[in-house]
Amino acid sequence: MSAQRLELDRILDDRRTRIIVCCGSGGVGKTTTAAALGLRAAERGRQACVLTVDPARRLAQSMGLTSLDNTPRQVDGADTANGGSLHAMMLDMKRTFDEIVEAHADPDRAAQILANPFYQSLSSSFAGTQEYMAMEKLGQLRHADEWDLIVVDTPPSRSALDFLDAPQRLGRFLDGRLIRVLTGPAKVGMSFMGVLNAGFSMMTSALTKILGAQVLKDAQTFVSALDTMFGGFRERAESTYRLLQAPGTAFLVIAAPEPDALREASYFVERLDAERMPLAGLILNRVHTSPAARLSAARSLAASETLDSQQEPSATASARVADGGASNVGVSNVGVSDGRAIAAAALRLHAERMQLGKRERRLAEHFTSAHPAVPVAEVPAQPEDVHDLSGLRVIGKLLCEGF
Amino acid sequence: MSTADTDWDGVRLHVVTGKGGTGKTTTAAALALALATAGRKVLLIEVEGRQGIARLFDCPPLPYAERKVAIGLGENNRAGQGGDVYALAVDPEGALLDYLAMFYNMRRAGNALTKLGVVDFATTIAPGLSDVLVTGKATEATRRRIGGKESPHVYHAVVMDAPPTGRIGRFLNVSTEVSDLARVGPIRTHADTVAKVIRSPQTAVHFVTTLEEMPVQETLDGLTELRELTGGAIAPGGIVVNMARPAVLGPDALAAAASGSLDVGALAAGLKASGVGDDDHLAADLAIELKEHALQVALQDRARTELLKAGRPMYELPMLTDGIDLAALYELAATLRKQGAA
Repeated sequence: MSAQRLELDRILDDRRTRIIVCCGSGGVGKTTTAAALGLRAAERGRQACVLTVDPARRLAQSMGLTSLDNTPRQVDGADTANGGSLHAMMLDMKRTFDEIVEAHADPDRAAQILANPFYQSLSSSFAGTQEYMAMEKLGQLRHADEWDLIVVDTPPSRSALDFLDAPQRLGRFLDGRLIRVLTGPAKVGMSFMGVLNAGFSMMTSALTKILGAQVLKDAQTFVSALDTMFGGFRERAESTYRLLQAPGTAFLVIAAPEPDALREASYFVERLDAERMPLAGLILNRVHTSPAARLSAARSLAASETLDSQQEPSATASARVADGGASNVGVSNVGVSDGRAIAAAALRLHAERMQLGKRERRLAEHFTSAHPAVPVAEVPAQPEDVHDLSGLRVIGKLLCEGF
Repeated sequence: MSTADTDWDGVRLHVVTGKGGTGKTTTAAALALALATAGRKVLLIEVEGRQGIARLFDCPPLPYAERKVAIGLGENNRAGQGGDVYALAVDPEGALLDYLAMFYNMRRAGNALTKLGVVDFATTIAPGLSDVLVTGKATEATRRRIGGKESPHVYHAVVMDAPPTGRIGRFLNVSTEVSDLARVGPIRTHADTVAKVIRSPQTAVHFVTTLEEMPVQETLDGLTELRELTGGAIAPGGIVVNMARPAVLGPDALAAAASGSLDVGALAAGLKASGVGDDDHLAADLAIELKEHALQVALQDRARTELLKAGRPMYELPMLTDGIDLAALYELAATLRKQGAA
């Protein structure tokens, strides 16, 4: 079964597309994809802004920026002939959170919150907060309306699903029953009091045992400070959700042709569907293709064996690649014009590439047979890393025009 | 092969980290198989709830319980003749219940706390707290003995498939992370016990990477972060280079291929001799593949040079084009053992 082709240029050129979210498991090329799409959109006339959340500052490298400081900076070197522009920013999670606190509390209260050990842990940890702050920042950028297209690179979560879950989890948590207990029984609803009467002392004693009395007190102080300040974190989380469900948003699920990455992609597609989030398609990065696909792996391998058998036994042994272990050993330094030895090596290399490509194709077909309606765009594996605008331009072209 | 004289004799808790997509779980599993020589028990721990170990070993999803999943690599690298490999999936919720039951005999209270969202609380507001519960389980298994104080350990070694490189420093730096929140109290005491094991010579942190620029950079950054966060108290282990593509030609021919000066005529003649011929300019197309291969080999060599700067022992696992199954895991385990990693 072959998948429908994902027409990315149409999405980039459609002025109604205001937000593109790139998501997927770690190590599949999300940041590069987001940067490449932002650059291409800018060069096709959009006022594009790329928001990255990656602590490795990879986008900074690939966009030639030395520092990204929580405000979008213009990227030099993008072709603006079509009237577009490119900005990029790197999320400073702690600063974003600090700004929310400072904007919503009076200075004394703000200082008190900023100094609380729980606040410091929460605002600088990687779990949950990063996802929430990315959404907060996205909301701010969208609201500022200075860009007509925002491309978001999602945080490097352990799983692609964290991105969808974390904002709600934080919202639910800050609005949750535990918080009611921590901020004092006065806030607990009557129905819950019944449960509490039975287990309250057991529970507080357990909490004290696990955390210690001081920790519990710090947590209580922090939570009540937040509680009075926000008066409903859940509402914020829900408005973030609505922003993502809006028709101007396009979700792109990024994967590499590996079982784990595609499994995550599958879950994500199902989840987006369940949440009624607008999925545009799947981007399959680092696909192995061959300019000589007409020569199959089996024929190629057989031909290389034919050549091996024509050579001296000792030469055959040394020409064979050492299996496993340290590479580069066991390869004889064949002369640059030793046609047979080079041909044997080229045929083995080709057989391996075809084999890899075949396996990847099978994995991609599994995905497509499970999700036949999801359009797919593929990008071939690049022999070298991408770390400048011209590299990003090449990726953007491959993504949008095929190869 | 003798069971002594590996690079990590004396290490009993192997923490395996790496950037996403580099094969961290696969490497951890291969290391566990390699460590499990005849008569030895090795525990493989998963901490991120992905059930990656169950998929690798082709068994049902792992519960919060130690289950035997495979037989280790025997002497002379014979699959299935070694000791037992157990696996355990630790989640913060299970670890919390375990902690309460083990130290306070309070499992019932634990269940009530779970219902109230205390685990959500821990993972949301203070990941340090859930990390200490998870690492606490791993260190408990590492210290566990068959009987009394002087009796042998239950597990010869524990291998942890840890969080990715970007998070590993904070994940392992439990006592500091927790002490910011709790200066005194039981969780602090627990964190200190955990930290003592993690900061002892019994523990080593191995980094898995591929020979690509960004994973290599993250590995070097991760090593630096680990050293700076803990003042060198947590011992770095080895660097496992995964999915390396061996060069198919020697340096001269590779250089020619990379610069595009490869003798395509000679290649065409070679192809003719092989029987496939040179229809449709096959030689020219294969020369393109050789060129890309040569560029990749050069990139790999640069990456290796970068990694060597870290001054850590290095191991190399090949790319397996057919994917990873149990047989492939044994193959990788044998490769690790051959290179002295286990």
